Amino acid sequence: MLKIENLHAEIDGKPILKGLTLEVQPGEVHAIMGPNGAGKSTLAYVLGGRPGYEVTDGSVTFGGKDLLDLEPHERAAAGLFLGFQYPVEIPGVSNVQFLREALNAQREERGEEKLTGGEFLKLAKEKAGLLKLDMDMLKRHVNVGFSGGEKKRAEMVQMGILDPQFAVLDETDSGLDIDALRVVGDGINAIMRQPDKGVLLITHYQRLLEVVKPDKVSILSDGRIVRTGGPELAMQLEEEGYDRVMETA
Amino acid sequence: MTEALILPTTRDEAWRYSDVAALEGMDLSTFDDWRDIEVPAGESFRDVIAITDENTGPDETVLHRLRVRLGEGARCELFGLIAAGRLGRVEVVVTLARGSHFELGGVTVGGRETTREFVTRMAHEEPEATSNQTVRSVHWGKGTGNFLGRIDVVRNAQKTDAAQSFKGLLLEKGASVNSVPQLEIFADDVKCAHGAAIGQLDESARFYMASRGLSPDLSRRLLVQAFIGDAFVALDDEEQREALMQAALDKLDRHL
Repeated sequence: MLKIENLHAEIDGKPILKGLTLEVQPGEVHAIMGPNGAGKSTLAYVLGGRPGYEVTDGSVTFGGKDLLDLEPHERAAAGLFLGFQYPVEIPGVSNVQFLREALNAQREERGEEKLTGGEFLKLAKEKAGLLKLDMDMLKRHVNVGFSGGEKKRAEMVQMGILDPQFAVLDETDSGLDIDALRVVGDGINAIMRQPDKGVLLITHYQRLLEVVKPDKVSILSDGRIVRTGGPELAMQLEEEGYDRVMETA
Repeated sequence: MTEALILPTTRDEAWRYSDVAALEGMDLSTFDDWRDIEVPAGESFRDVIAITDENTGPDETVLHRLRVRLGEGARCELFGLIAAGRLGRVEVVVTLARGSHFELGGVTVGGRETTREFVTRMAHEEPEATSNQTVRSVHWGKGTGNFLGRIDVVRNAQKTDAAQSFKGLLLEKGASVNSVPQLEIFADDVKCAHGAAIGQLDESARFYMASRGLSPDLSRRLLVQAFIGDAFVALDDEEQREALMQAALDKLDRHL
């Protein structure tokens, strides 16, 4: 459902992605691991369409559409969700208002009926419960005053409410303690583990992959996928480190 | 009472950033035309001023000049939106007696070659009075937003608490905002705070919002709404507050 071919991208003229090729099938959780500076976050931002990230070559197809041709908000409406490593604070805008406007904007773009305030609150309550996030948190301003763990949990509540076809999760596990990691991991499973959905799970560590079991694991290094394997590859990385595993690539 | 013998110029401190050319041909008596508001001891008064396209033409000059005198323990709240006309100006002079409170929440929005401004003077003439002023300005095109706020605290006005907050948001190159806080304090046991900040829309917030499905227009509207919301927080009549917000945001939608 997501097909990336020979993707080249740069920031301020500096090449970061250098011919990245990767395919994720429906029903698949594909983990991307890699050392610092390999281009993991750049990949996430390029898929999301962040301004300043320039694609110089290659293609990304999502559900048969040219993803790179869509504006960021159109990508969201097409079913793409980007989970941020550092969720942004938006003072003055409550989570409830933000998410209702976002969901309704997506629905409108897809030609679907908008949700009423009541319908939305019911949905939000259900998803917040799933991630063990207090509804009061959703009445507060977006990410303002949230701890690192709360921000990540709120990201997953957003994902649950928006119900995307495909999620790119950029280091969703960073800044989480063991308990929060399990809650977030269970959330990803509950929301995204479905035959018609896909996940690109970008992570540094094996820990999250014990909760969200990947179908495939790829190693990203210097802007390219250097190796792809099953879940055992993540285990091997944890034991031997990137350098040794990449040597044998 | 005749004050004005000639039209104001930008050499007058209170008109420094104004569009004085917009005053040409105006009757000098206009500048003596003050609306006096007396709030007796212990009583409250609230007014809302909205200069919008509904009541003001695009090339008009609109001046509101208010003189407020607060009795002991009295309270006055003034909320204003300046969103229309070539020059829109709300000028307020407040004299505060012991224990009284004055609250101002002001918003200016505008593009083209317009000037919209709040000019205030708080005279804290007795102890224990408080004043709080919050002004937010959102401009684009060659629009200008100004807040000139003077606070005078006389020698015996101890325990005065006077606060002023101004923030400007520039949506396009060419727009400008000016803030001139002017504090004259002759008492030694007072709190006087003023803050001013000028910025642009937070692009990382906009990308975050886009990634959730909000178009650039929608994210801008939400961020501007949050930005100007500060000025009307103290207005506890929800209907009036919503009407002011709506009028400000509609202006933005129509002209950007």
